[in-house]
Amino acid sequence: MIEFRKDLFADERDDTLNEVGKPTRRQDILGHVTGRSPYFDDHLFDGLLHMRAVRSPHHHARIRRIDTAEAERMPGVVRVLTGKDVPQNLNTLLSLLDFGIDDEPLLSTDKVAYRGEPVACVIAATELQARDAVAKVRVDYEELPAVFDVEEALKPGAPTVNPVYPKNAFVYHGRYDHQKLRFGDVDAALAQADHVVEGRYQMSPIEQAPMETCGAIAAPEQNDRYVCYTSTQALFFSLGTAAKMLKMGSNRLHFIGGTVGGGFGGKVDSLHEPMAILGASLTGRPCKFAWDREEEMQVGAPRGAERWYLTDGVMNDGRIVARKFTGYFDSGAYTRLSSYAIIKGVGHLPGPYTIPNVHADVYCVFTNRTPATAMRGFGITGVDFAIEAHMDKVAEVVGMNPIDLRILNAYRDGDMKAHRRLAKNTALIECCQVAAQKAGWSIAPSSQAAASMKDGGGARAALPAHTVTDQKGLVEGFDSGSYAKKAGASAPPSPSSAQPNRPTPTPTPGQAAPAPAQARPAPQTAASSPDQPRNKPNRFSSLSGFRRR
Amino acid sequence: MTIHKGRGFACINYPIGMNLGGDPSQALVHSNPDGKFTVALSAIDLGQGMKSVTRQIAAETLGVPVEDVYVDTADSDTGPHDMGSFASRGTHRVGNAVIRAAEEARGVMLEAAAEELEVDAGDLVTDGRGNIHVRGAPSRSITTMAASQAAQFKQGRTIAGRGIFLIPLSEVDPETGEMTPVSCFAHAGLVVDLTVDDETGEVEVLQINSAYEVGRALNPRLVEQQLIGGAWMGLSHALWETTEPYYPNRDHGPVDFVNYLMPGPGEVTPHNIAVLERPAEDAPFGGKGPGEMCANPVLPAVANALYNAVGVRFDELPITPEKILRGLRANGGARPQAVRQG
Repeated sequence: MIEFRKDLFADERDDTLNEVGKPTRRQDILGHVTGRSPYFDDHLFDGLLHMRAVRSPHHHARIRRIDTAEAERMPGVVRVLTGKDVPQNLNTLLSLLDFGIDDEPLLSTDKVAYRGEPVACVIAATELQARDAVAKVRVDYEELPAVFDVEEALKPGAPTVNPVYPKNAFVYHGRYDHQKLRFGDVDAALAQADHVVEGRYQMSPIEQAPMETCGAIAAPEQNDRYVCYTSTQALFFSLGTAAKMLKMGSNRLHFIGGTVGGGFGGKVDSLHEPMAILGASLTGRPCKFAWDREEEMQVGAPRGAERWYLTDGVMNDGRIVARKFTGYFDSGAYTRLSSYAIIKGVGHLPGPYTIPNVHADVYCVFTNRTPATAMRGFGITGVDFAIEAHMDKVAEVVGMNPIDLRILNAYRDGDMKAHRRLAKNTALIECCQVAAQKAGWSIAPSSQAAASMKDGGGARAALPAHTVTDQKGLVEGFDSGSYAKKAGASAPPSPSSAQPNRPTPTPTPGQAAPAPAQARPAPQTAASSPDQPRNKPNRFSSLSGFRRR
Repeated sequence: MTIHKGRGFACINYPIGMNLGGDPSQALVHSNPDGKFTVALSAIDLGQGMKSVTRQIAAETLGVPVEDVYVDTADSDTGPHDMGSFASRGTHRVGNAVIRAAEEARGVMLEAAAEELEVDAGDLVTDGRGNIHVRGAPSRSITTMAASQAAQFKQGRTIAGRGIFLIPLSEVDPETGEMTPVSCFAHAGLVVDLTVDDETGEVEVLQINSAYEVGRALNPRLVEQQLIGGAWMGLSHALWETTEPYYPNRDHGPVDFVNYLMPGPGEVTPHNIAVLERPAEDAPFGGKGPGEMCANPVLPAVANALYNAVGVRFDELPITPEKILRGLRANGGARPQAVRQG
């Protein structure tokens, strides 16, 4: 049952539109319900080759030797790829946004840092032949000690998972081993609070579980280009990544996607496209690289685990005066998108509440497990679980109806948030009121009378008179790119955060101002010069009858 | 064996668009000579309705019926750059780009119509049914088809438009975390009613009552589908799903849907939804993305309802029957909390 509460916020809305607001049937629904919508895997090609990855059986191991000789002699095998075949065999997805250091190979050559990490890729005439040949690739491993727990991984002496970050923590702004949030003086407020409520929350990894597993089919097109049908959620992200890793001009790549069998975040940082295009370019034939369900679940990047510690200071009347977080995102063996999710999460703290003193230290930790990535609610779902489970404990401690506690502390229009911007267009209070009403859960008259447009701002718009800062977790020797970083000492400190004794960030050479966030591959090299003979025009048309989607 | 009833609440807000901005989207709109429009995007339709919602936005902005617009997505040769379908950015970023492209195309269409009607383009309005007429004088009108034909074959105008939407990248202060993360937030509040069997640890979710604030429901049917599906996913996250059941131990990882469990059709919970619409000023017609945020409040609301039912705090997800039984044992059995009305 769904109802639209048009009575609420009616004066902020023009409800006289022609098309917007109508329950128009989806443009693509007929194709979907009749099974005719073409997905990437519906594009069939003459002579299609199949790729299967050779994967590490170990959580952490040095690679001594990879012997592909026997596999290459197996029936149907056309070629076996290893790391040396990849033009730029180190990447981090967010390098397209100038954020982070390249840390992950497409095919690993020196060591593996999670079970399932690819070290070679067999290309064969059938999928079965590719699978059989995978079993014949001999890899000599020297097992290394592994670390699986985020807090263990940060302890001195823990095995180094990712050599780019030897201490197992992503480096923020080239400066700290975690992302900080500092607003007011949390410790002083906790000391003055009537009650201190502590909690620890843990979320385990979760699979995005799309019906369609990740995959791509690439084929040589005429005129020295490659077409790539893909299940990606981010066409130009994937195109940019492929162009970078293959050192190919982006306009030599023709990516086609757009109809995807579920994504939920698991198809943002896919590496199927560069692998399939690499196969197509080295064999001159169409190649398909796609996961089976087991790979999707255990090798495909899940929603990562998160661990959160919360400490609240609350007064007897229910006002929360201080909230402190320590958070650990389990990034797995490589960065992927976890570093970004943490900044998003920190910008979200302390949740939708106006709390005058907030402090957070959030770590992006490397462990010997499948790298984590995006999923619905990325960077927020885990900490929202922690915050809202914690609110229930706070309500119990002060003996309040948990909905009344939320409304009392809810952010309102004009309130200052912990990331030092004013709140606007808020509607938390109304959501609490309507949900309570629908469930028949009575709330206090003061809660019933509250509104997002009332009683915000004023003193609640003020920045803290004093913010405590510190240099805990200072890291030397990093220049981790310019994304989302203040331009060092030349940037005027904001009046809010200026402290007499605040250390001035040292500008590091080579740190540029934030670059435009255009997906732009790094160095592009023309693979063939105009006076070389053209490749034989090799046109593979789609047999499915759909040239395109 | 006893079945214990519990009720729990949670509320959330959710940032719309890629955190810190810096994530542009582009759109191209053009008309055939008969006044039928194509919107070219490289945005992805994951099933969430990207094509449909941008189609409605384009039709609204152009002032033509929705049947006169089709959206073509995700061909890198024809669709202009877009960062991708993630971070609740599709409706907000792509929708804004489509508005700008459609406004440009509409401007040319009105100029063509003005030339045919021998009036000022500024005096023209569209009726949304395929006609352009002088404001206040519906009889002085021309169809969008005739205007487009005149533009193409008589006047030599291209009825086309380009649009980009970019929120410039915000910096982050390494010392304080000061930043401009996003420009608008969606909201939700939600009550879960459930029962717990203290012998088997099984949980049955009886009903959900919720309020979701989405800025504007650009397509109410698509919003409803997202909210119902998202709540289902939230329940699944709360009670069922993980790839590492004994995290941080790596053993016993499921490799198929026989072992990776999610609620089936029989476990879909009755869900009473109220949709609130407080338009965001920089969002397309005020619409915020509902797709991601709708799962989030379910997880803590379930944990809070379980505490209400049996008096055990379950702070580790997913809250499987095994964890419930272990929690009950450590607690010395169920200790139901105060009954909440409803």
